[in-house]
Amino acid sequence: MKKHYLPILFFLAIMPIFFIGLDRDKSVLPSPLIGKKIPEFSLPSLVNSELQIDSSELLNNTFLFNVWATWCVGCLEEHDFLMKLSESNEIPIVGLNWRDNHNDALAWLRDYGNPYTIIAEDVSGRVAIDWGVYGAPESFLVNSNGIIIHKHLGPLDDDIWERDFRAIINDAN
Amino acid sequence: MISGKETLGLLLMMRINKNNVFLVLFLCLIMNFTHAIDSGLVFSDPKLQQRYETLISEIRCLVCQNQSIKSSNVFLAVDLRNEVRIMISEGKSNKEIANFLADRYGEFVLYRPRFKTNTIFLWFSPFIFLMIGMFVVYKVVRKKIIT
Amino acid sequence: MFPEIGHFALILALVVSLCQGSVSFYGAAKQNKDLITLTRPLAHTQSLFVLIAFTCLVYSFVSDDFSVLYVANNSQLALPLLFKVSAVWGAHEGSLLLWVLILSTWTTLVCLFSKNLPDIFSSRVIGVLGFLNFGFILFTLFTSNPFERIFPSPLDGNDLNPLLQDIGLAIHPPLLYVGYVGFAVAYAFAISAMLSEKLDKNWAKWTRPWTTAAWLFLTIGIALGSWWAYYELGWGGWWFWDPVENASFMPWLIGTALIHSLAVTEKRGVFISWTLLLSVSAFSLSLLGTFLVRSGILISVHAFATDPERGLFILIFLISVIGGALLLYAKKASDLDKKVGFGAVSRETFLLLNNVLLVIATILILLGTLAPLVLEVFNMGKISIGAPWFEIAMLVPMIPLLILVTMGMHSLWIKDSSFNLYKKLRSPLGIATLVGIVIPTVFYGRSGLLLLIGSIISIWIIISSLLSLRSSWKGNQGRFHINRSVAGMSIAHLGLGVFVFGVTIVSSFGVETDRGFSIGDQISVAGYEYKLNSIESVKGPNYVAIEADISVFDGSELISHLKPQKRTYLVQKSPMTEAAILAKWNKDLFVALGDSLGNDSWSIRIQYKPMVRWIWLGCLIMALGGLIAISDKRYRR
Repeated sequence: MKKHYLPILFFLAIMPIFFIGLDRDKSVLPSPLIGKKIPEFSLPSLVNSELQIDSSELLNNTFLFNVWATWCVGCLEEHDFLMKLSESNEIPIVGLNWRDNHNDALAWLRDYGNPYTIIAEDVSGRVAIDWGVYGAPESFLVNSNGIIIHKHLGPLDDDIWERDFRAIINDAN
Repeated sequence: MISGKETLGLLLMMRINKNNVFLVLFLCLIMNFTHAIDSGLVFSDPKLQQRYETLISEIRCLVCQNQSIKSSNVFLAVDLRNEVRIMISEGKSNKEIANFLADRYGEFVLYRPRFKTNTIFLWFSPFIFLMIGMFVVYKVVRKKIIT
Repeated sequence: MFPEIGHFALILALVVSLCQGSVSFYGAAKQNKDLITLTRPLAHTQSLFVLIAFTCLVYSFVSDDFSVLYVANNSQLALPLLFKVSAVWGAHEGSLLLWVLILSTWTTLVCLFSKNLPDIFSSRVIGVLGFLNFGFILFTLFTSNPFERIFPSPLDGNDLNPLLQDIGLAIHPPLLYVGYVGFAVAYAFAISAMLSEKLDKNWAKWTRPWTTAAWLFLTIGIALGSWWAYYELGWGGWWFWDPVENASFMPWLIGTALIHSLAVTEKRGVFISWTLLLSVSAFSLSLLGTFLVRSGILISVHAFATDPERGLFILIFLISVIGGALLLYAKKASDLDKKVGFGAVSRETFLLLNNVLLVIATILILLGTLAPLVLEVFNMGKISIGAPWFEIAMLVPMIPLLILVTMGMHSLWIKDSSFNLYKKLRSPLGIATLVGIVIPTVFYGRSGLLLLIGSIISIWIIISSLLSLRSSWKGNQGRFHINRSVAGMSIAHLGLGVFVFGVTIVSSFGVETDRGFSIGDQISVAGYEYKLNSIESVKGPNYVAIEADISVFDGSELISHLKPQKRTYLVQKSPMTEAAILAKWNKDLFVALGDSLGNDSWSIRIQYKPMVRWIWLGCLIMALGGLIAISDKRYRR
């Protein structure tokens, strides 16, 4: 009788899902901010506390928004790459110093170099929440209309830049 | 070798990936009480406190992905708890708070799935299945009575 | 040397299990008596080899043989002996070997206690079990060999995961596995039944005790896991709707439906295709659970450290075992249904409702567990489905089910009337309504719709179970006779009522709060006073700890000193919290030490959990009911 075939059909319908599911990389959490305008914020500059950085100033160019901190090992890993990137002048890098100690952060930049055109200091982490940041380092690619077009979790390097960023940057320009 | 604070730092910049998922989960489990949770009642009004506690138990900690921000103590969880507290005191509704978080972190952060096109079936499914079930019982019993 | 013996024994077991499977099936197909007589000896031989292999692994742990990689990863010199033994199943490879051992043991038991079954039938049953074991041993040897060596061998091991260094977690896996694997017996019986020319009318009677036994161990295993999570993890929760917990709950629900369905088939010869399908499904869900835990496909705190290649193997195994059985079912089930009738109000109808509602609950849990995966695979977004959804979803089938329990217990077979039921159950309902309203409002000070529903229904179940229990014994001319089957059933349902009552009360009235204490501070929580007396350093066998001494007062009377600890295990250097619990029959007072807030003050989590022990007590009573039911004389022939 036909109804007795239901269980095996149901089973065969579910199985492919498991096969495909085995291969997935679970760490990828899609960001809902892709395609949206950057969150508004106003934070002091790390380097000059008197200066206030407002998000509206950033809306004219394509740029890379990089979230970093001195307690973050991955940030140190990607630092050389960021230095190289800043020297190549391919794209300005805006830094967000996340939940960090002011003096430690300045010392870090002194010791390792400063690839950032400007750095906003987010001591409380409030702005990071608006960007959906949940770890460091995280990097956002923003186009000249102020729209976030790509997000990368983890340290950047040449391969990732070549593979994920370069093509999009060319499109954006 | 690894202190509580360093474990915290370590956790925060570890992405959960295939290779380290179990280390991360283990660290999250044991990290539980190595830092202060809310060190006291957050609201003096018991109703608000209850609402706060329920809400934070329904939000996933994205670092320790197996725990809510109520049980997790990484500073992301602390920051988000703080955010929820502020929003409650500003009079925002539970729905607004859920929307706030999902807009920034994605649906994944909410343990209670929002009502969207991809979850409508999910929310109606208990009733759909119940109706199908009752229909099946009705058919079977009717058949059995006749014979 | 012992690891080599163990390894070799396992290889022998592999070969013999293949023989066991093939010979049994071939012999049954050809009705060859000589081959059929070989089945039991083959099964016993295979079990013996598996036992040798397992014993060698245990010996490797107990003798601190760190040249074995698995031992080096999961043990250390200073580990207490009890945990050296439980470390055998503390990680993936060893737990698989435990699974194989338990399957062999069930097989041996089936061999010993199936002498009264027709040869061809039991031959196929043993054959199925042989093939299942073959698959698992193959998986173990090829992808997860616990006997692998490491060279040079380390001087000391990496220690067992501190979370697992606990008595509850030592016995939780074995008990759970006895349950999971036990459903393989019901599966084997079903396959054998479907392959028979004519379904023997006693098939259900033979299957029942085995299935009930597996079910009761699964009940205890799950309860133990829940209890462990409660006292060890310190969050005061006892169920998290974690994917792996769900993976254990689904076979339990189907197993429950199965034992009820078997009762109907045994008694009245109907629901045959239901029972067959449920028999296959219970074990299928056990296997699915194994897959989910070991393949890395779902993120879960329970998941073993393993990789997708192993997942692929298990998946293929799953497809053969489940797909094969379901295909057989599709072809054979229609031939088997009988045309026997029953009334609209009858025990058969109630048990049908029971089956359907339990299956709905299982499907819902499956949906909630897999939906995020499905959506992700189809690129429809990444969502979470957690406790908030599961709790609501489960109420939909469960509330009707719980209401029907009393009626099902007291209704007659074949034909009953709603008036009769009404007469039997109205007094219990009346009393239950009264008590069910009084307890929350008077003793706990609050009421609410769900709370009252839970309270009234659970008490109604308790009372009607006691009535049913009463009817199970008859005094007859000085001779006293207990119908164990009815007694077991009544006690099991009593356990259910106790469980639901515990859940209802603790969910509605439990209190959990974090407070900062300085030494000497006294704070009041849920009617009790807590005073921090001191914070000291203490030493354990393989850890050091900070211990708080907290006095608990009821009014002005000192009722206890609670000493929660924060331990640091010496090898893995990981911090762990050991909560201190004051357990009474009707409440738990639960205290856990947080961290220093500076200035000699500490964060302490205090929980008040009324009736929480009733949750696990209810489960134990359910299992006891199962045990009593199995001991019924009619199975001892």
